[in-house]
Amino acid sequence: MPKRTDVHRILVIGSGPIVIGQACEFDYSGTQACAVLRREGYHVSLVNPNPATIMTDPEFADATYLEPLTQESMLSVIERERPDSMLPTMGGQTGLNVAVELAESGELDRLGVRLLGASPEAIHRAEDRSGFHRTMVDAGLPVPRSGTARSVDEAMRVAGFIGYPVIVRPSFMLGGGGSGFVTDPASLAELVVRSLAASPATEVLVEESLAGWKEFELEVMRDGADNAVVICSIENLDPMGVHTGDSITVAPQQTLTDREYQDMRDAALACIRAIGVETGGSNIQFAVSPRDGRMVLIEMNPRVSRSSALASKATGFPIAKVAALLAVGYRLDEITNDITGQTPAAFEPTLDYVVVKVPRFAFEKFPETDPVLTSTMKSVGEVMAIGRTFKEALGKAWRSVERSGFDLGPVTGRSDQPVLLSLGIPAERQLHLVEAALAAGHSVEEVAGASGVDPWFVDQIAQVLEETRALHGRALDSISHVELREAKRVGLSDARIGWLTGSTELGVRRRRDELAVAPVFKTVDTCGGEFPAVTPYHYSTYEEEDEVGPAARPRIVILGAGPNRIGQGIEFDYACVHAAYALRDSGFEAVMVNSNPETVSTDYDTSGRLYFEPVSAEDVLAVCRKERPIGVIVQLGGQTPLKLAHVLEAEGFTVLGTRPEAIDLAEDRGKFAALCSELGISAPPHGEARDLGEARGVAARVGYPVVVRPSYVLGGRAMEIVYGEDELERFVRTAADASPDHPVLIDRFLEGAIEVDVDAVADGADVFVGAVMEHIEEAGVHSGDSSCAIPPPTLSDEELDEVERITAVLARRLGVRGLMNLQLAVKDERIWVLEANPRASRTVPFVSKVTGVPLAKAATMVLAGRTLAELAANGLIPSEPGHYRRLPYTSVKAAVLPFGRFPGADSVLGPEMRSTGEVMGVDRDPGMALAKALVASGAALPREGTVFVSVSNRDKRAILFPAKRLADMGFRLLATKGTAGVLRRAGIEVTKVDKVSEGTPSVIDMIEEGRVDLVINTPFGRGPRTDGYHIRTAAWQAGIPCVTTLPGVLAAIRGIEALGEGPTEPRSLQEYHALARDSSPARAVLDLRAEAEVATT
Amino acid sequence: MPVGPPALLALEDGTVFRGRGFGATGEAFGEAVFNTAMSGYQEVLTDPSYAGQVVAMTCPHQGNYGTNREDAESAQVRVAGFAVREASRRASSWRGERTLWEELAVAGVVGIEGIDTRRLTLRLRESGAMRCGVSTEDLDPPSLVRRILSTPGMEGTDLARTVTVAEPYGAGSLVGPADGSRDPVLRVAAYDFGLKRNILRLLAAAGCEVIVFPARTVAAAILADGFDGVFLSNGPGDPAATTYGVDAARELLGKVPVFGICLGHQLLGLALDGRTYKMKFGHRGANQPVRDLATGRVEVTSHNHGFAVDPEGWGSRTAERDDERAIVRTPFGRVALTHWNLNDGTLEGLRCLDVPALSVQYHPEAAPGPHDSRHLFEEFRELMVHA
Repeated sequence: MPKRTDVHRILVIGSGPIVIGQACEFDYSGTQACAVLRREGYHVSLVNPNPATIMTDPEFADATYLEPLTQESMLSVIERERPDSMLPTMGGQTGLNVAVELAESGELDRLGVRLLGASPEAIHRAEDRSGFHRTMVDAGLPVPRSGTARSVDEAMRVAGFIGYPVIVRPSFMLGGGGSGFVTDPASLAELVVRSLAASPATEVLVEESLAGWKEFELEVMRDGADNAVVICSIENLDPMGVHTGDSITVAPQQTLTDREYQDMRDAALACIRAIGVETGGSNIQFAVSPRDGRMVLIEMNPRVSRSSALASKATGFPIAKVAALLAVGYRLDEITNDITGQTPAAFEPTLDYVVVKVPRFAFEKFPETDPVLTSTMKSVGEVMAIGRTFKEALGKAWRSVERSGFDLGPVTGRSDQPVLLSLGIPAERQLHLVEAALAAGHSVEEVAGASGVDPWFVDQIAQVLEETRALHGRALDSISHVELREAKRVGLSDARIGWLTGSTELGVRRRRDELAVAPVFKTVDTCGGEFPAVTPYHYSTYEEEDEVGPAARPRIVILGAGPNRIGQGIEFDYACVHAAYALRDSGFEAVMVNSNPETVSTDYDTSGRLYFEPVSAEDVLAVCRKERPIGVIVQLGGQTPLKLAHVLEAEGFTVLGTRPEAIDLAEDRGKFAALCSELGISAPPHGEARDLGEARGVAARVGYPVVVRPSYVLGGRAMEIVYGEDELERFVRTAADASPDHPVLIDRFLEGAIEVDVDAVADGADVFVGAVMEHIEEAGVHSGDSSCAIPPPTLSDEELDEVERITAVLARRLGVRGLMNLQLAVKDERIWVLEANPRASRTVPFVSKVTGVPLAKAATMVLAGRTLAELAANGLIPSEPGHYRRLPYTSVKAAVLPFGRFPGADSVLGPEMRSTGEVMGVDRDPGMALAKALVASGAALPREGTVFVSVSNRDKRAILFPAKRLADMGFRLLATKGTAGVLRRAGIEVTKVDKVSEGTPSVIDMIEEGRVDLVINTPFGRGPRTDGYHIRTAAWQAGIPCVTTLPGVLAAIRGIEALGEGPTEPRSLQEYHALARDSSPARAVLDLRAEAEVATT
Repeated sequence: MPVGPPALLALEDGTVFRGRGFGATGEAFGEAVFNTAMSGYQEVLTDPSYAGQVVAMTCPHQGNYGTNREDAESAQVRVAGFAVREASRRASSWRGERTLWEELAVAGVVGIEGIDTRRLTLRLRESGAMRCGVSTEDLDPPSLVRRILSTPGMEGTDLARTVTVAEPYGAGSLVGPADGSRDPVLRVAAYDFGLKRNILRLLAAAGCEVIVFPARTVAAAILADGFDGVFLSNGPGDPAATTYGVDAARELLGKVPVFGICLGHQLLGLALDGRTYKMKFGHRGANQPVRDLATGRVEVTSHNHGFAVDPEGWGSRTAERDDERAIVRTPFGRVALTHWNLNDGTLEGLRCLDVPALSVQYHPEAAPGPHDSRHLFEEFRELMVHA
């Protein structure tokens, strides 16, 4: 059955913004799918409002729509593109849900669009809990005891029948949101209320608890001729009860006999057939009792998933790409395995190494919530590590995850409770606790019993511990070649060996050099060495034979960003991927080093060579020694590679672009402020403090309000705005904790200023400004959480000229070569520089997508030796400045926040970044662009209904006009006493409602009952006990948009107005870029050298 | 960490691997081969087809779940030696009874761990299967290599006689009675050239009451007993050297339905006047794709063979493979070349069109490996029912 001939135009659905449970793995899968479908000659259109994705780059589809993933907007795209088919299985749960909605509404039939891969019926059978259960039982497959419920009473009855403890899950949800584990009827009732609200179908499943059971996943693929294969088995170290996204997992599975494994495989294949996934990949999850081996099926996802991205990277088998080919009719045996280049994809990969995935958490960003791992996913990213043994891979994973001290072993010293007791509560450092418990003398059996981790894994950790004991307290120079090699073979980091021997990481590196203890590199080949691999996908290991030969072309190493986290996400991977493409196109061998399995950068197709390695000093240096590159790019992967600039130079490697000293200069507030004043550029007054006394002095000198923050952090970690001395103490202490070796920084806060972001590329002489972005929220909200617009809606040409001039002056003075991001504030017609970051920023993909100018690519070309003038002459960048100002359309970026995942977290926006992702809206009408961005971010604006208003005293005057406008548009206004009084006096009709403290029904009750459609609440007072806090968290729980800043309110109103005017016809990014080109006449690049020289002298 | 004594693994080309011994101490010589299955080491260790071979597992961790009495494919460990990256010191399974170390020690078989098994695999892939030696006693590479060069190779060696049973026995004593719900229950004679137990289990499940016979049993004895069918088992060694097996197969063809697996398939091929050849390094693993030309379906299959039937052995073929059934003319009439390995085009299955016989090169009984091809036991049943 070769390629289908009845398919010509395919619509691919992306997954939208990065959220917890649905991250850049869907960019990886979507990118693969789009690329291969285009290569097969199909017309591909794509809908995905996430600008930070590679898949939405204009080259990957014929028509790319950055439109919201709602039925309404999907329909308008379908009407325009008239696809005959739709591929719904690449866009995660979001993509699948919108496809099912469209199919069930009958619109797909009406428009003649068929779903490829999975039918709506099959999707239902897999996704609907009761349907899944029934289908499995009918197919004779084992499942846990369970029942569904549509009310609390029903849930209580089911649980009574099954017996506590039970698990509750909402139907049709991704990432386990709203699910949980309960041991008694009272907590069941509480959870079911939330769970019913979370389920689009208002249905929950109450299920036998499998707590303590072992959890496994199989990645299965099936083709249209019913050939089915298992691509990868994955074993979770954490027992059932911890969401698989939050578990440490291992591939291949390690503890099942072949008999049990094959029974699981049979069940998986029977499952995909019974569900009726016609073609493509599915993820099927199992639980196995460690006592008697009873196996049950617990879940299946009839689509590409986070686990399939991991499985693809773990095995080298490109699941998404193959799934796309199967969807258009190919059979598995008609597709060639890229890795061997000679064998077919109809086989099951075999691994001669071990893969360990470790999740990356961000609990420090949400201090109000409990950092316990449950069946609701909370991790924001993950790393994967490859080693020849589990121990080696785990050690590499600890180096990859970039959590301070994780590669040094267990938490030493204080412990609040007996370690075995702590092991019963799954938490981020569970495996460290396992080691600590073993170190405290507990047996493998005891530790396994208390933690639910299989004794085999506990014993592996015991072996690591034994190795550390063999080294502890000895002098480094007494350790022999054999001993040091053995230590590296069990995965001990240089840093840990240094700690054990009273030396340092550098000392251990030197000792390894003396004794010639170095890793070798091996290849991921899908076949355990049976066939030669033609793809350059490698990992390091302490083994005998290095099988990676030298590359013919000159090498440039690109260091990736490591795990996704809040503040450093897909945007940095985007830049790295562009660098790889640019280097390939200009004759270099791009050598990628990264540890994040979710990304496009770690696709073996992206770079000339891929080293799946920790982005840590010891591992990066090993790759550099192997590859002998002409240079290393550290400025694209965020803070992670930037930190390695010095050690790379110290070891004799060339850091391309901006000098490491210039990076330090920009980071050092004192030196940077001095530099600004030397250049005649305004910067807010600031100071540094090492203790509270100093902090008081500095704050008094610069004047309140002040911004307090630690040095050397990304994403506004522990950054706060402080209005008075009473608040100062607490925040100074938090900031000091976040970066203990460095002083706390205190700056004057420019209240009410308009914040501006600039992304630019400099080549040492010329500077190209990609765009100036104007923030919608005022200064004080972290730029990553703020919405922003291009072109800047309110800044004058004079102000933009001045911003560009300052950018050029600073870039030259800092000696920037490559990318630079600048943050400025405009207040009182004066422009202040807040921050300069000589590296890629979070907004690079947004700017590139909006303007059509590939900034990361341009920067890479500069790093590789080209000048901006050459790039302009080649047409890569516009030859005339100010391109972004003249765009005949507006693009708005909006942040997506994860508060729904962290019950109790306050949703007020502030200087600490907490968003996980972003979306954009683009339209010729600025209001519509904004509305689209908000809709895409999930904060769907109401067009009518009830608005609750409650603002701080500071904002009471300013809220009058927006409130009046809302009332005029027909909204009913509710307000608490203070705000209601102000509105009434201004003649605005408003109903007063009670605060929580004032009686019932309070505003919280009304929000929970769905009687409010929009919440406007600007914070007054902090902390989890205020009314505002309760209002905001209730709104998030109920899924009601909640605006917490005044500019945000104005933006929302513009959006509502635009929505009221009716839909506008969507346009593809390719069309917008054509419009942009038409409106930008060619001219020579502006030479800012002269001005810069004037400024520096 | 308890570590075994220093151990050496050497190949006949002089390549040397230093590791640690586990299991028994001592020495072993044999043909070095690699297996890419990720689970099922106990089945591999006890598969008689590995007689005379030192098996290297490409998957690094072996022994994780220990061994148990249910998963053995024969009464004892059959490999000559076992080479792994890491042998688990702990058996973690509710069914685990012994550690891998204990299992090999009891069997008196030498294991070596801590070696770069990927390097070994790539060497075998490039140079082909080689003679090898593992020793915890002779740690001098030139000496060990010299002694390896004095051992016989696999080609031309009949090993089936070393692993077969001495006397016939009823399979029921090992795997229980045939499934009585199948009507009729059929009587099958199984030639034991190195028979795996799971074959007996699956024959019993297909309603076959099996008597197992020694490898050198003459066909006349079988024919005299009026069996419904004859099974030719898997086994070690060079099929061309297993002449008694070829003779028996030739005698049986056309007189009784025949089903062959692995060595049994090769013997059938030779009995049909075909030819076999020694492969460079063979197929050993649980992930090999095989297409059944009759259905077009691809099955993921378990493999363990170093010899194969040459599809060109019968001269010109009437049809190109992949397009339609390839059919050859033999002294027993037309034979369809039914199954093909998609990785390298090896012929993997035969079906006689004019006499009742079929065979496959791979292992539908799996153990270890996927169960995709179990239906072949039903096809054998059909062959007998309709004979």
